[in-house]
Amino acid sequence: MKPLLKWSTLALALALPVSAHAHRAWLLPSATVLSGNDAWVSVDAAVSNGLFNFEHQPLRLDNLVVTAPDGSTVNPQNPSTGKYRSTFDVHLANPGTYKLAVVSDGVSASYKDKGERKRWRGKAENLASEIPAGAEDLKVTQNLRRLETFVTAGKPNDVALKPSGQGLELIPVTHPNDLFAKSTATFILHIDGTPAADLKVAIARGGERYRTKPEEQTATTDKDGKFAVTWAEPGMYWIEAEATDGKATVKEAKERRLTYAATFEVLPE
Amino acid sequence: MRIWVTLGATGLLAGPALGADLQVQVEIPKLDVAEYHRPYVAVWIERPDHSVAANLAVWYEINNNKNEGEKWLADLRQWWRRAGRDLTVPIDGVTGATRPVGTHTLEFASDNALLKDLAPGQYELVVEAAREVGGREVLRIPFQWPLDQSTKLEAKGESELGAVSVAIKD
Repeated sequence: MKPLLKWSTLALALALPVSAHAHRAWLLPSATVLSGNDAWVSVDAAVSNGLFNFEHQPLRLDNLVVTAPDGSTVNPQNPSTGKYRSTFDVHLANPGTYKLAVVSDGVSASYKDKGERKRWRGKAENLASEIPAGAEDLKVTQNLRRLETFVTAGKPNDVALKPSGQGLELIPVTHPNDLFAKSTATFILHIDGTPAADLKVAIARGGERYRTKPEEQTATTDKDGKFAVTWAEPGMYWIEAEATDGKATVKEAKERRLTYAATFEVLPE
Repeated sequence: MRIWVTLGATGLLAGPALGADLQVQVEIPKLDVAEYHRPYVAVWIERPDHSVAANLAVWYEINNNKNEGEKWLADLRQWWRRAGRDLTVPIDGVTGATRPVGTHTLEFASDNALLKDLAPGQYELVVEAAREVGGREVLRIPFQWPLDQSTKLEAKGESELGAVSVAIKD
């Protein structure tokens, strides 16, 4: 499963104000638990402040990979990108669990050009040509971002849940399509295939627009990379974790920033 | 109004019952709503660990050429989670068409295939109803199996279900 790295187009969508937390990128499936023998899901994909309101930028779909219950890759259908959101459909032709992932690997840089602070985002291979030779204070960061959601037709299975071993990833202990209000789910975070201890995970429920409190919770991974979430109410939830380390594979980059975000549906009891 | 569950038609109820029958009654209430569709209903027996000991009835839209009624089975969320997603419908003697407003009686002879392997112990009868453009409700009645001849256990729904009971009938 190798996503195409068309960072330049994704960069347009993710070239956001300075703070990494200013906006949230998300996938929103029309359903996550499906029955019947001809199931489809339609998915919204956007970058926004409010979950899951499309009000800022569409998420580009160039790096979208849909993994089928047997581990093969299936093509999303009817992709379209509008002013505020992208949409695509997935035909769940076989029973089991599908993983929908947008995975990107890009570079951001900050530097001073004639005394003026500049920022740049793009592909690693364009660094040399697009940043002036005389740039001072050049700081380059590699950004690996993984954005996921899961849907299941019929009986859930685990094949599509297998991690790639690259970057920050979620390993479900509780199946992501078996989440119910008032119950506790457990997940593990890995960095490059090994447990990521002491990472903070933000957990937010959609629909903030219609309430006065954001209701954001946080969890922290233990030494085995494990964290638990008790879902107070049913709804669509978005979780995100971030880590930085010095393991950049882009030679100009000292730092590597890893982001994992996922959308989970929590059903009523 | 008494309606015999599909079991009657499949012959599982034929002949005199060897012992007492298990009788389950499920009331589908009349609702004053703008758009009414008959609810999907599932009736099953759960063990204390929530595993399913027996599926007694599942009523859904079966009179549909393209089997489109199966698309909404997942709306019986608890049943779908505990049993439905592991099964293939239709299930002979269990699945049937949606039912109208009224009290529906299901009777199972003690030698019925669904019950004969039910080990003595603690169970819950679970009834879940989900209605198109409507709500969803789950009722649970804890019981000890085998049931005492004289007991009739009852629960009362608040929205999508009316009175639900489980009893032994001679």
